[in-house]
Amino acid sequence: MAKAKSNTEDYLRMYTQMVRIRTFEDNANQLYLSAKMPGLTHMYSGEEAVAVGICEALTDDDRITSTHRGHGHCVAKGADFKQMFCELLGKAEGYCRGKGGSMHIADQSHGNLGANAIVGGSMGIATGSALRAKLQGSDDVTVCFFGDGATAQGLMYEVMNMAALWKLPVIYACENNGYSEYTKTEEIAAGSITARAEAFGIEAHQVDGQDVLAVNDLTRKLVARARKGEGPFFMELMTYRYHGHHVGDINREYYRSKAEEKDWRDNRDPIIRFRAHLVSEGIASEDELDALNAQIEKDAAEAVAYALEAAYPDASEVDMHVYAA
Amino acid sequence: MREITLSQAVNEAIAEEMRRDPTVFLMGEDVAEAGTPFKVLSGLVEEFGTARVIDTPISEPGFMGMAVGAAMTGARPIVDLMFGDFIFLIMDQLCNQAAKTHYMSGGKLTVPLVLRTNLGATRRSAAQHSQSLQAIVAHIPGLKVAMPSSAYEAKGLMKTAIRDNNPVVIFEDKLMYQDKAPVQEEEYLIPFGVANVKREGRDITLIGTSSMVQVAEKAAEILAAEGISAEVIDPRTIVPLDEATLVESVKKTSRAIVIDEGHQSYGVTAEIASRLNEKAFYHLDAPVLRMGAMDVPVPFSPALEDLTVPTPEGVAANARRLCAGEMIHAA
Repeated sequence: MAKAKSNTEDYLRMYTQMVRIRTFEDNANQLYLSAKMPGLTHMYSGEEAVAVGICEALTDDDRITSTHRGHGHCVAKGADFKQMFCELLGKAEGYCRGKGGSMHIADQSHGNLGANAIVGGSMGIATGSALRAKLQGSDDVTVCFFGDGATAQGLMYEVMNMAALWKLPVIYACENNGYSEYTKTEEIAAGSITARAEAFGIEAHQVDGQDVLAVNDLTRKLVARARKGEGPFFMELMTYRYHGHHVGDINREYYRSKAEEKDWRDNRDPIIRFRAHLVSEGIASEDELDALNAQIEKDAAEAVAYALEAAYPDASEVDMHVYAA
Repeated sequence: MREITLSQAVNEAIAEEMRRDPTVFLMGEDVAEAGTPFKVLSGLVEEFGTARVIDTPISEPGFMGMAVGAAMTGARPIVDLMFGDFIFLIMDQLCNQAAKTHYMSGGKLTVPLVLRTNLGATRRSAAQHSQSLQAIVAHIPGLKVAMPSSAYEAKGLMKTAIRDNNPVVIFEDKLMYQDKAPVQEEEYLIPFGVANVKREGRDITLIGTSSMVQVAEKAAEILAAEGISAEVIDPRTIVPLDEATLVESVKKTSRAIVIDEGHQSYGVTAEIASRLNEKAFYHLDAPVLRMGAMDVPVPFSPALEDLTVPTPEGVAANARRLCAGEMIHAA
């Protein structure tokens, strides 16, 4: 693990948040497999250290934009299980009153401007949020999450150009999980991804996305500098998604092997790694961590049960919120 | 009352709103010192500075997307899109992001932005600088669409648009920037969804948008000389649409022609004509006619281009036939 200043509370919160994401996703997957969830969803499992390492370096005033694979960002930015499960099930008590679903969860109370079902679609939004911060003299920072697949979208280069020209407080966080949907990233990305940002004069870093402390350390430094007007920055976080592109992508050996998946799960899992670190450093005992896990599983089970029983929106809501008053 | 050009009216509206609300800012290509190719925004950068009148690179999707993000987080951007034709470059940011954010977030996020752009053929600019694409955006729920027909409307609708909490697209006819109209010195706003009956009549209703209001008014003059009394109505915004005023007029006159410079097929004229058929069917003495631009890419040659858009003479000819009881098609 990367070295960081010892801070028991921060470490345990990072561990908790990573386990919360994994547990949320396990439950979401079960809801899909048991046909209790409408539509599809995209699992974040395996990438927890990215969302948690970054969001733990942010405040509620800092904004993020998220992706179709967005549950992890939403949890890491502070969202509540009940409202999230309600949204996944299309219930009225969901974050978006059931109108957004898995791919559009937004939680503005914690600065989450929303997941986005267009790959790369939020890059303008994140950069515009940073432009607003600069224009209004606010010191908040916006983090734009996107995958390696989104680096093939032209919008990214348009907004990185403007962010660099105008020194905007935005951090581009490229979650490189190795696959652009059902295609290996090396088949869709020429050259180096960080070099693309560097071409605009944007300082770019590649970091182990399975090491939550490494991600958190780097993000803290970049956020502090972005607040002082030294942005934008670019991070490429090397990570892995355990599930397929979405929950229905079960038979995927035509694009990646089970051996590869097993290697990442067994040897590079961000939660297993951080847990071992916490125990070896004497920050928490196995029993204490087991108790934390059990509490999170209980919270998730209660939230799922609540969401399953919760009411759907009334039919009168179908044409509500098309226009703001 | 003083008269000012449509260009001056837009400039005044933006300047007034920027003085009133510090969160309003402008961004687009050559909006600052250049004041846009049509010089509509000249002088604004001198008053408000480059922080609020922002020249962007030629990156329409980029700055449109940034405007969405700025609007979602507490600013009120006005995006200047140099030509209406460039709407096709920003469709994802406008239609998938801006238009849907309020709804997808269950009403929690708002996107108060103005996209000002233009429409209009016969400027000899050919197929990629002459389109009138209001129907394309009017089709998307979540967007409002304003179409000023004079300097007076241009100012009042722009001010309303800037204060609106939704994404609003304003189409100015680029051939009307130098047209003058009486515009009072005192502040005024024009509410959305309120049509303006420009001329009262008994025999036929001519509904026009943008510069087609002038075409309708000229047609009404021609018809008046022949003893046909035409009512002319300007909806001013097509989303929201003041359907009630249009329907009431057609119930009175029993005939209508809808005129808009977008392509006729699947267009604004089709939508309005269809609503009149649904709401005033038993009052009609003739089919509601659509007169849009021809369904061809806008040609360059003046000899061809002038054939593609509705003219006062063409409107008058169709009105004459409708009033004579000829059930014709506007072929």
